[in-house]
Amino acid sequence: MAKPASNLKKRGVELFNWFDKRLPISDFWEAHLAGYYAPKNFNFWYFFGSLAMLVLVIQIVTGIFLTMHYKPSAEDAFASVEYIMRDVEWGWLIRYMHTTGASLFFVVVYLHMFRGLMYGSYRKPRELIWIFGMIIYVLLMAEAFMGYILPWGQMSYWGAQVIVSLFGAVPKFGGLITEWIRGDYFIADATLNRFFALHVIAVPIMLLLLVVLHLSALHQVGSNNPDGIEIKEHKGKDGKPLDGIPFHPYYTVKDIFGVGVFLFIFAFIIFFSPDLGGLFLEHDNFVPADSMVTPIHIKPSWYFTPFYAILRAVPDKLAGVITMFSAIIMLFLLPWLDRSPVKSIRYRGWITKFLIILFAAAFIRLGMLGLGEGTIAETIESRIWTFIYFAFFALLWFFSKHEKTKPVPERVTK
Amino acid sequence: MTRLIKNNVLFAALLMLFSATVAASGGGGLKQVNVNVQDTGALQRGAVEFVNNCLSCHAAAYMRYSRLGQDLGLSDDQVRESFLPANAKIGDTMTVSMSDDEAKAWFGNKAPDLSVIGRARGANWLYAYLTSFYQDDSGQWNNTVFPDVAMPHVLWNLQGIQKAVYHEEDDGYGGVHNVFSHFEMTSPGTQSVEEYEQTVHDLVTYLVYMGEPARIQRESIGVWVLLFLVLFTFVAYLLKVEYWKDIH
Repeated sequence: MAKPASNLKKRGVELFNWFDKRLPISDFWEAHLAGYYAPKNFNFWYFFGSLAMLVLVIQIVTGIFLTMHYKPSAEDAFASVEYIMRDVEWGWLIRYMHTTGASLFFVVVYLHMFRGLMYGSYRKPRELIWIFGMIIYVLLMAEAFMGYILPWGQMSYWGAQVIVSLFGAVPKFGGLITEWIRGDYFIADATLNRFFALHVIAVPIMLLLLVVLHLSALHQVGSNNPDGIEIKEHKGKDGKPLDGIPFHPYYTVKDIFGVGVFLFIFAFIIFFSPDLGGLFLEHDNFVPADSMVTPIHIKPSWYFTPFYAILRAVPDKLAGVITMFSAIIMLFLLPWLDRSPVKSIRYRGWITKFLIILFAAAFIRLGMLGLGEGTIAETIESRIWTFIYFAFFALLWFFSKHEKTKPVPERVTK
Repeated sequence: MTRLIKNNVLFAALLMLFSATVAASGGGGLKQVNVNVQDTGALQRGAVEFVNNCLSCHAAAYMRYSRLGQDLGLSDDQVRESFLPANAKIGDTMTVSMSDDEAKAWFGNKAPDLSVIGRARGANWLYAYLTSFYQDDSGQWNNTVFPDVAMPHVLWNLQGIQKAVYHEEDDGYGGVHNVFSHFEMTSPGTQSVEEYEQTVHDLVTYLVYMGEPARIQRESIGVWVLLFLVLFTFVAYLLKVEYWKDIH
């Protein structure tokens, strides 16, 4: 009885070998999973990288199914979304996965970025990982913005109107640039059509490429860890890092647990509060786009609001736009602004430790203020937090170099 | 490892608490109205009110009669008998014969489609709007929630006619303003106050349902999905512990 089974197994191995000789399957497996050594002391904060990957896959798969029923025209877009919500089998679930996924993508990415900030994961030799990650973040913002216009509701329309008009602040050529972006004198069918093309093809391709670069750079230098020390500096006789463990199976099983917790939250929102009180799906976006009726309160999606608050904090339009973009550019420079002798927040001096916490507070508070209606009190407070936001980078540069740090352990701690 | 669970559970709890607070807020000073789309009785009564009173001017162009039957536990024949206009087919959506131009000529404004009004305005607003019509001194219909709205009070024979009572309030800068205080019934309708509130509540429940018919299905499936995920996560945790025994 055992003979046919073992025969089958032999045939299977032969088949695999046939492929493996012609395609580096086992090499890839070895280099990036079973033979990739990651520090053994990853904590809670290290779930968000793999979760971002999961959300990316969810967005692509649900996105493919949405495009099968969505119609990118000003005339039909709103109706086609309702068609998906009502008449397409499970269409509502696919759409909620996509809309909730978009917001949770930013939740996960923001936590992932904060992890990098806390443990100095952008420091030498990981500058490129951070730069690629930042490009992913910027692409993600473009992707989200262009996706948000597609349902063609009031907030889609007027949000796009506001954001595109920002480019109008460019001296002399502002009008030309906005017209070029919109493909019309106002947000119109042409705009919707091209944003659809960019949303489903151009940006996703760039995103995937950048993810490959992000991970290639990571696997080239190896992962950082909560202690901010290099595990490659202590290798055993076999040449493997003493504090490292193979990514597979250890981190694959651990990440599956993280995926379970994440999916629980994901499903909770999808099934019980898909619009999350107007935060994930805005009430005004259930009113079809109308170029003749301006909503009283135009606000961007929550993940843009920190930057929106910075924009509104500056009285001059051009200066506001420059300030807002600088807020993002500053993040790119972090690997060189942080000059501390240690990487991890665990061993930093109290000043930079405090600065990092203050920076996170500024980002969150600005996000809350950006959701508001822009009252005078909100604007004044936004100015204070905007100042703190930028001061962080200058102070980090200044204080990090000579800060009094705690002794860093030789080997990773638990 | 228990710290890991604690962190994860804490994180999940925080996010859910956050979502619950966000979901509960945004009332804007309106009375909190809780609708239950699983209440088939309320949906059926609301659907009758909607079709009889709203659907003559307002369309619900994304809502199919057949879907109404499926979700409200009615057979196609029952839908045909009670809801379907002459010449309409069971698979049709709820359209109206009044054109936008006619609406503008007759009421001064076009009547918005109500398919997703439950999501655009929310239950609280709709409830407040439908209970806040009054007749002003010149005998015109008006509404405290939506001032100078073009729509007349369609349900007036049920609710009756009320007028708005104002009281004077000092604004602290020497000016005195008339501030709305409450309604006074000048001629009662066929329903008592409580009955009318129930009618509006049913109607609002229906409108919320119509804004998202999948909600009925979504909430009932959701419980099972979450239960599955709890089980999945628990097994994943055990797997993780088993694998990690040899680390540290």
